[in-house]
Amino acid sequence: MRLKCPLCGERDRREFYYSGAADYLSRPEAGAAPAAWDDYLHNRDNPAGVTRDLWYHEQGCAQWLVVTRNTVTHEITAVELVAGRAAE
Amino acid sequence: MRVEGKGIIDRSHPLRFTFDGKSYGGYRGDTLASALLANDVRLMGRSFKYHRPRGPLTAGSEEPNALVEIHGKTNQTPNVRATMLEVFDGLDVRSQNRMGTLKYDLLEVNDLLAPFLSAGFYYKTFMWPRAFWERVYEPVIRRAAGLGSLSGKHDEGVYEKAWAWCDLLVIGAGPTGLMAALTAARAGAQVILADENPLLGGRLVGDGGTLGGEPAAIWVAGVEAELRSMPNVRVMTRTTVTGAYDNGTFGALERVGLHRPARPNLPRECFWRIVAKRAVLGAGALERPIAFPDNDRPGILLTSAVRTYLNRFGVVPGRRVTIFDGSEAGRVLARELMAAGVQVAAIIDPRAEASGLEDCPVHLGAQVVGSRGRLGLRAITVRKGAETFEIETDCLAMSGGWNPSLHLTCHMNGRPRWSEDIMAFVPMEGAVPGLTAAGAAAGRFSTHAALGDGKAAATAALKDLGMAVPDLPLPAAEDAPYEPRALWDVGGEGRAWIDFANDVTTKDVRLAAKENYTSVEHMKRYTTQGMAPDQGKSSNVAALAVLADATGRSIADTGITTFRPPFVPVSIASMGAGGRGAGFAPQRFLTSDQASRDRGAPMIEAGLWYRPSYFPKPGETGWKEACDREVGWVRTAVGVADVSTLGKIDIQGRDAARFLDFVYTNTFSTLPVGRVRYGLMLREDGMVLDDGTTARLGENHFLMTTTTAAAGLVMRHLDFVHQAFCADWDLRFLSVTESWAQFAVAGPMARALLNATLDAPLGDLPFMGVTTVRVGGVEARLFRISFSGEEGYELAVPTRYGEALFRDLVGRAETMGGGPYGMEALNVLRIEKGFITHAEIHGRVTAFDIGMEKMVSAKKDCIGKAAAQRPGLTGPERQQLVGLKTHAPLTAGAHLFRPGAVVEPATDEGYVTSVCWSPTLNCWLALAFLADGRARHGEQIRLVDHLRDIDVTCEVTGPVFLDPDGGRMRA
Amino acid sequence: MRYSGLKVITEGLFGNKGWKPAWRNPAPKPAYDAIVIGGGGHGLSTAYYLAKNHGLTNIAVLEKGYLGGGNVGRNTTIVRANYFLPGNQEFYSHSLKLWEGLESELNYNVMHSQRGLINLFHSDGQRDAFARRGNAMITQGDDAILLDRDGVRELLPWLDFEQTRFPIYGGLLHPRGGTARHDAVAWGYARGADRRGVDLIQNCEVTGIDIEGGKVVGVQTTRGPIRAPKVGIVVAGRSSQVAAMAGMRLPIESHVLQAFVTEGLKPVINHVISFGMGHFYISQSDKGGLVFGGDLDFYASYAARGNLPMVEHVMEAGMTLMPMIGRARVLRSWGGIMDMSPDGSPIIDKTHVEGLYLDCGWNYGGFKAVPASGWCMAHLMATDTPHEVARRFRLDRFATGHLLDEEGTGSQHNLH
Repeated sequence: MRLKCPLCGERDRREFYYSGAADYLSRPEAGAAPAAWDDYLHNRDNPAGVTRDLWYHEQGCAQWLVVTRNTVTHEITAVELVAGRAAE
Repeated sequence: MRVEGKGIIDRSHPLRFTFDGKSYGGYRGDTLASALLANDVRLMGRSFKYHRPRGPLTAGSEEPNALVEIHGKTNQTPNVRATMLEVFDGLDVRSQNRMGTLKYDLLEVNDLLAPFLSAGFYYKTFMWPRAFWERVYEPVIRRAAGLGSLSGKHDEGVYEKAWAWCDLLVIGAGPTGLMAALTAARAGAQVILADENPLLGGRLVGDGGTLGGEPAAIWVAGVEAELRSMPNVRVMTRTTVTGAYDNGTFGALERVGLHRPARPNLPRECFWRIVAKRAVLGAGALERPIAFPDNDRPGILLTSAVRTYLNRFGVVPGRRVTIFDGSEAGRVLARELMAAGVQVAAIIDPRAEASGLEDCPVHLGAQVVGSRGRLGLRAITVRKGAETFEIETDCLAMSGGWNPSLHLTCHMNGRPRWSEDIMAFVPMEGAVPGLTAAGAAAGRFSTHAALGDGKAAATAALKDLGMAVPDLPLPAAEDAPYEPRALWDVGGEGRAWIDFANDVTTKDVRLAAKENYTSVEHMKRYTTQGMAPDQGKSSNVAALAVLADATGRSIADTGITTFRPPFVPVSIASMGAGGRGAGFAPQRFLTSDQASRDRGAPMIEAGLWYRPSYFPKPGETGWKEACDREVGWVRTAVGVADVSTLGKIDIQGRDAARFLDFVYTNTFSTLPVGRVRYGLMLREDGMVLDDGTTARLGENHFLMTTTTAAAGLVMRHLDFVHQAFCADWDLRFLSVTESWAQFAVAGPMARALLNATLDAPLGDLPFMGVTTVRVGGVEARLFRISFSGEEGYELAVPTRYGEALFRDLVGRAETMGGGPYGMEALNVLRIEKGFITHAEIHGRVTAFDIGMEKMVSAKKDCIGKAAAQRPGLTGPERQQLVGLKTHAPLTAGAHLFRPGAVVEPATDEGYVTSVCWSPTLNCWLALAFLADGRARHGEQIRLVDHLRDIDVTCEVTGPVFLDPDGGRMRA
Repeated sequence: MRYSGLKVITEGLFGNKGWKPAWRNPAPKPAYDAIVIGGGGHGLSTAYYLAKNHGLTNIAVLEKGYLGGGNVGRNTTIVRANYFLPGNQEFYSHSLKLWEGLESELNYNVMHSQRGLINLFHSDGQRDAFARRGNAMITQGDDAILLDRDGVRELLPWLDFEQTRFPIYGGLLHPRGGTARHDAVAWGYARGADRRGVDLIQNCEVTGIDIEGGKVVGVQTTRGPIRAPKVGIVVAGRSSQVAAMAGMRLPIESHVLQAFVTEGLKPVINHVISFGMGHFYISQSDKGGLVFGGDLDFYASYAARGNLPMVEHVMEAGMTLMPMIGRARVLRSWGGIMDMSPDGSPIIDKTHVEGLYLDCGWNYGGFKAVPASGWCMAHLMATDTPHEVARRFRLDRFATGHLLDEEGTGSQHNLH
């Protein structure tokens, strides 16, 4: 499996660390209801199909990436910088 | 027997090898199977279950029968295919899976018991008496099962792993692959051509024949010479592509040194990771046997195998050959044999309508329905209409048609499609993105089709990659239409083998169907068909066909089980190359490593680091004595320890303080420049992630330290928080762990030692202060922090000065009645002070649990704050950090019970995380988690360690045993 | 038909012609008293115990593919009871007791082999953590023995005691741990359930869950609607999809775990061995193959296949721990789809829909749980109250913080 890091180019999967669904980017506001935190931390759509998840180019540029990926075929259709998302 | 004038073995290089202790001759270019057949040895192995005598069925890697052990000076290799093993001088091979000799195998008794050993019999018996399973039945079954043996000794062989990249990977160097590789090579593409054989050519080698009007071998040699001369082409022989993985990654096994005597440093095998933009699968096809009673005797081979032995090796596996084949290939073989002077006793052609004109007897509309010969074929029984007769023969060539070698197209879940046109499964297009099956692998069997397909596949790939494509002419080649065959099973009462390797017969498949194991997966798993070393390569389709017949379904509806990687079995050593010994994980060494070893310190693993356990002195009896002494030094004089393994993260920017406020529970924006603060960091789920000190070096400049264990984790966490939640803040940070060597100097004489070491005497540095100093002219950082409870400092210099500084500090300390201390003493010192490590913050504890909930600032948000407030994470039912004190030895991992309570899960109130003998307090100390522990200081608690037979009562205390007010640290 | 050695012999003497189907192929009825979605190990055992313990026999198991086609047929077959957190320890202890009587219970030889499980440790800290675990096991009534380095060497002399990157300090031996023949467990429960009247319906995919007024009333399937007042979702690997049919969003992320088997070899490894530093565990099957595995591939996946980085890592771990297996050849690799939960422990609970029950989140420890999971899920479905040993496997524990996190790695699903 290979991912195309926006900064480093195509690299083998073993350079990356995976953490989970991109839901983890949508942190509730401080003081949000406990249910919002429960949802944020634990509950997932977990699709059998296209998903967006978080990868970290740990042995490269140290950038966190949002990868659009199919969980059934492993096809990767987009890789974006998490930091770039905030700047948009 | 060897046939003069045939074969492309090198007769000028005779060599000798042994099989079961007996010496035989062969030639360079022989496989073990060809060389033994040349010596009229047909019996090479015993089958898995019934221990039937077996010889080679094939001439390739799909061989189910002829598996042998190679013995070497230091080790042995089991389950080697005799058909792939190239012989060399001194090769020592032994047969396997026998009790007794190969000819007289005591376990042949299983064959007589076959009626009781039908598919799945073991699920129905061996259940009584219950205790007999582990004691009697299973040991007997285990001894009988298995094939070859491992030696039980470490594999000292050399193995390698490597990477390669290319535009086009061509898998298989038959006509398809050669044409594909040549097309791409001439276009200037980076090409890798891989084939599992030592020779290029694929079936062209085994079949002989002509290409472009000349012997095929000449065409192959021409293409090979051209490819090998081109810098953009890598030709990899003896290399099997074993697996297709995501994004153009392929695994491949190269047999680097297995065909010659072992030499130092010559790898046995190399496991390749090939990254290809495009790939062509030109793996050809595999011939199918036909199921008839006793079709497994040595001397019964596939038609293509007999042809390969004749044309490649100049060997015939017998002297009176019969052929059971309903295609033109059988006729060609007959003619080739006869031309070479070999007697062909008969052709048994199941087709009623075919030519009967050959220079040997031809029985049309006939089938082989039996055989005899205990250790090798002696005769076959032929049925023609109502008539049955026997033909004496010692070699039968059979063919039940061909299966495309589509295995790699299934590795990413592609499901093959049944084709009635060729009565075989064909690959699903696009099953592996970027890979195209071509030629026989795609079900197009003629040489002409293969050449054209190879060219077309390469052309399409090159166009995809935007490369110009040369138009290569195709050499003229045979283009006979393929004759699809559906003769799986001739029927009859006897046992007819489908899966030779696992001894699965047509009866077993029918029994599975009868018992309603009718899903193809159930049949496979119930009968074990397809689960042997050949993974059903020659048996799958026949098994499906028999199952389809037994269940009244079509083959297409019956479906097929999945081929999974690897295509051929791959040694653990090759895929695990580099993992032996210390190679498994990186080793990180302190700058003081050698200095510590020089002092005799045993080094222990701390994460990836090695740290000194203790520094022994002559006359001491062990670690404990040394540890007590080192603790004493720190408590009464001065000790020096290398603490460089702690993670160090340099954080800068206008928003650095704001960032620390967000990732730490407590506040850092209020920390004055030149001061250090202890910080507690949570995971977003509210559990403690790490702790450590952070120093403010400048208004917008901080240096964070993490624990050794969590250094990488914290860095990753900070990167996430920054990039995900505050990427627009003015903030940069970098790990500087390896840039600084840092040494703890602790004890009442620490300041004196520093004053002796530093270029200028230390001024007034308060507890939790940081300053810049010079040592030996080098700028250094000095932190006044303590993990021992004594007046303590940590002195950090650029890494390159670390060793010199350590030696200097230790030397001076020794003149002051102190010296270096190791991990054991460090641990005692911190337990005496109740300082926690990851033994306590093990991922299940909150700030509340360790008594630090007040460090979670109420004034601001921070990572983990919300989740830590969940009801289950606070309150008296939580187990809280306490100290335990007693005079009897304690053990970490013991559990805590109320004195007098019955020891059972319901009364289990906690557990011990860290223990030590305290030479300072003259008692045993422990840190532990105890239910509602903070409210129970002063109580007695019972500590039970079943494993080490310890049962003692202790006093519950606060976790800080020594100097709870911290007067010593601040002194 | 009762299986026995005598039966095998008499059938053998008469050509094995008298064997009967192991289970029927019934057509789905329009309605049942209860439906279990999922014909894997857990679903089949749930159905079995519903029939046997609770007398519910007018029930069906709906399986979209073939019986036992999920993780029960693709795992490393390890059976153990070596947990240390309350909630887990009593559950797995119960499960192991059920395993110990399973052959006679099912009249099917599942080849449960208590060959002993050894968890190796490589530092004082790991020893302490295993001691905590071992003591919890003994308090629970299970067995554990703490071995020092020489104790391990006595049992496993061929480990690399000199060279490994992480030297062997010792091991925690769990003598009652071992393995079982995975397919046989599914088939044994299937046959047992069928004999008690349960309809096992293969190739029947559930496409919808019918809910009226907050109560479940049945399911839609590829073979038509089927009504039932109680429905159990027991579909680890597809839990999120099926639960979504009832409007639920689960605390589950699906991950791939690879496993490997070598060609057959004469007996060489008699225990189950687990090497924590390398995330590597291995045993040898009765057929002779070395069966081993490692960690997740770590990315969410439903592909039931993995990639080379983890393959190589597992092999490297094997080579550093026990280089004597170097010349064994990997015959086959496969991947299973794991329901990874945020604390690494499972869920057996009611849902917000009356009559709809959930059994999921088995992470990669589901095989050994098959008997107790079915036992407890059947209890829950039949009585509407959680079974005592599964009462902590609540769906709301993530919200409340009553976590069962044996690994201590927290709410990141793939770290358990």
